[in-house]
Amino acid sequence: MDLFEYQARDMFEAHGVPVLAGIVAHTPEEAKAAAEKIGGVTVVKAQVKVGGRGKAGGVKVAKTADEAFEHATAILGMDIKGHTVNTVMIAQGADIAEEFYFSVLLDRSNRNYLAMCSVEGGVEIEVLAVERPEALARVAVDPAVGIDAAKADEIVATAGFSAELAPKVAATIMKLWDVFEKEDATLVEVNPLVRTGAGDILALDGKVTIDENADFRHPHHAELEDAAAADPLEAKAKEAGLNYVKLDGEVGVIGNGAGLVMSTLDVVAYAGENHGGVKPANFLDIGGGASAEVMANGLDVILNDPQVKSVFVNVFGGITACDAVAKGIVGALAELGSAANKPLVVRLDGNNVEEGRRILNEANHPLVTLAATMDEGADKAAELANASK
Amino acid sequence: MSIFLNKDSKVIVQGITGGEGTKHTALMLKAGTQVVGGVNARKAGTKVVHGNVELPVYGTVAEAVAETGADVSIVFVPPAFTKDAVVEAIEAGVPLVVVITEGVPVQDSAEFWALAQSKVDASGKQVTRIIGPNCPGIITPGEALVGITPNNITVKGPIGLVSKSGTLTYQMMYELRDLGFSTAIGIGGDPVIGTTHIDALAAFEADPETKAIVMIGEIGGDAEERAAEYIKAHVTKPVVGYVAGFTAPEGKTMGHAGAIVSGSAGTAQAKKEALEAAGVKVGKTPSETATLLREVYAAL
Repeated sequence: MDLFEYQARDMFEAHGVPVLAGIVAHTPEEAKAAAEKIGGVTVVKAQVKVGGRGKAGGVKVAKTADEAFEHATAILGMDIKGHTVNTVMIAQGADIAEEFYFSVLLDRSNRNYLAMCSVEGGVEIEVLAVERPEALARVAVDPAVGIDAAKADEIVATAGFSAELAPKVAATIMKLWDVFEKEDATLVEVNPLVRTGAGDILALDGKVTIDENADFRHPHHAELEDAAAADPLEAKAKEAGLNYVKLDGEVGVIGNGAGLVMSTLDVVAYAGENHGGVKPANFLDIGGGASAEVMANGLDVILNDPQVKSVFVNVFGGITACDAVAKGIVGALAELGSAANKPLVVRLDGNNVEEGRRILNEANHPLVTLAATMDEGADKAAELANASK
Repeated sequence: MSIFLNKDSKVIVQGITGGEGTKHTALMLKAGTQVVGGVNARKAGTKVVHGNVELPVYGTVAEAVAETGADVSIVFVPPAFTKDAVVEAIEAGVPLVVVITEGVPVQDSAEFWALAQSKVDASGKQVTRIIGPNCPGIITPGEALVGITPNNITVKGPIGLVSKSGTLTYQMMYELRDLGFSTAIGIGGDPVIGTTHIDALAAFEADPETKAIVMIGEIGGDAEERAAEYIKAHVTKPVVGYVAGFTAPEGKTMGHAGAIVSGSAGTAQAKKEALEAAGVKVGKTPSETATLLREVYAAL
């Protein structure tokens, strides 16, 4: 999960990373009050989880609290690359003498962590990495050791900080490592990291991605979730413990196993090319269990999507045999009653498939069509969706 | 022959007394696997019974290995305890550790992987191979199953299979069930995993029983691109590929923790192109992939 800048700022502060005052506001009035509280020059910053907000006009300097009010009025409600600004952060103005860059992130390819640091900050780091790779220090971090004092020294030395600044920056990097490690992050980025006129090092803008698999040891991470931005169907699915992603299409998809469901979406999209361009409406992995209850919950979410015109249930019976899955489908349809109102194409294969198909044939539900293969099922579901578009 | 696992492999189960551990211990025994015991510190000295088989429960992995001569461990413990369980197996020098658990924090995986890498034998070879986490495990049909793959899909045969996905593994084994498989290995869909596509490709290349290879990938990371480079340089046996997730939107995690397109990186299209550039035929669907495999196999 990506955090907002203000959440990253608060996390930095909690781990002793030097930051400036920052107060969240949802209205121009709150923005004004925040600017008055901070005093002096402030910066009104749009809180969106996307880059390039400065260029889009989402970051404005305010000399007075009234100016902060005006800027907040303009920025709140703004659309930045498809993200609506619901929140601004009023940040204390900084006396920036120099800008640097630092990040530490999970390096999937090398199965360790990578620290990146540059004395040329404030720019787009992706651009710097391509145009002047020599200006970006890249230092591998051993997950068994982390960033200790020696590693922090190595990072600042490789980046080429002056002897005077090196110890201060290294100390800040060790605090940022604390954020990475203690919050189970997969990315901690500071751009820019600055030196002020007074010679202090500050993290002026932060980006943090946290690993949701580690939520069990960070109960407070649940509060960081952006409930306002969540799709209502995704929220409903999450509540039911379902792995669901809303997409823009007409064929609802239910399957077991992430890979098979991803594959099903692709096969539905291909089939849709021959049926008016219909597309998959969602990703929904009901896992290995596929009990009647899970199936009913899944169908309930999908049938509540007004875009959905047909549903393709694609299950490979592994440990859970197909007869149990078939009973799950029949049970789910009984449970949903008249709420089940869209055609269902079901493809079952694998363990005990004959018995599974027999159960569905016997139930003879008017909405259910059986398909012999995944390709055939996708084609049928696309055809049905196109017919009722 | 097979890769990584055969009928002589002796297996212990970490988490043998839990729900999943109990269920899958029974299924592994049924598949012919030599399960020789389990580990649970709080139930050390007790026994678990599966039909005619009584399996001892040990307090530690080291003790279980010393008593049984086990050379494989399978981990079924919950995510919060997985790191400690895997570390214990590595410290005990178990040659193969299969981690089924889904939802392991990635920093935990990175830590146990770093530890595994640091333990090498006199010849410099890593002592412990890890498969997973978040994977269905490994099956050598007709010999042994260490994982949760259904044992009754197919039989022993000439195809080697390596996949990030469990159910796509089952699907492909089902599509090609008449040909059969030397070994099918699910490496898992997490951002940090032990055994990679490349490791499995290298082992299949060296395995005389494997005649052709199916490689299944999905969005996220660059494992498929790197496997493509490896195939080009080192694999002489025919390889066909499949990649899932062409329709996945950017920035959304699709079920597997590692299945995410970030910006323009990790797309299915890029992976398909990389594999094709390495001479790998890539199917548009699982069934087309199976057809491609039949073609390359028939041409051998």
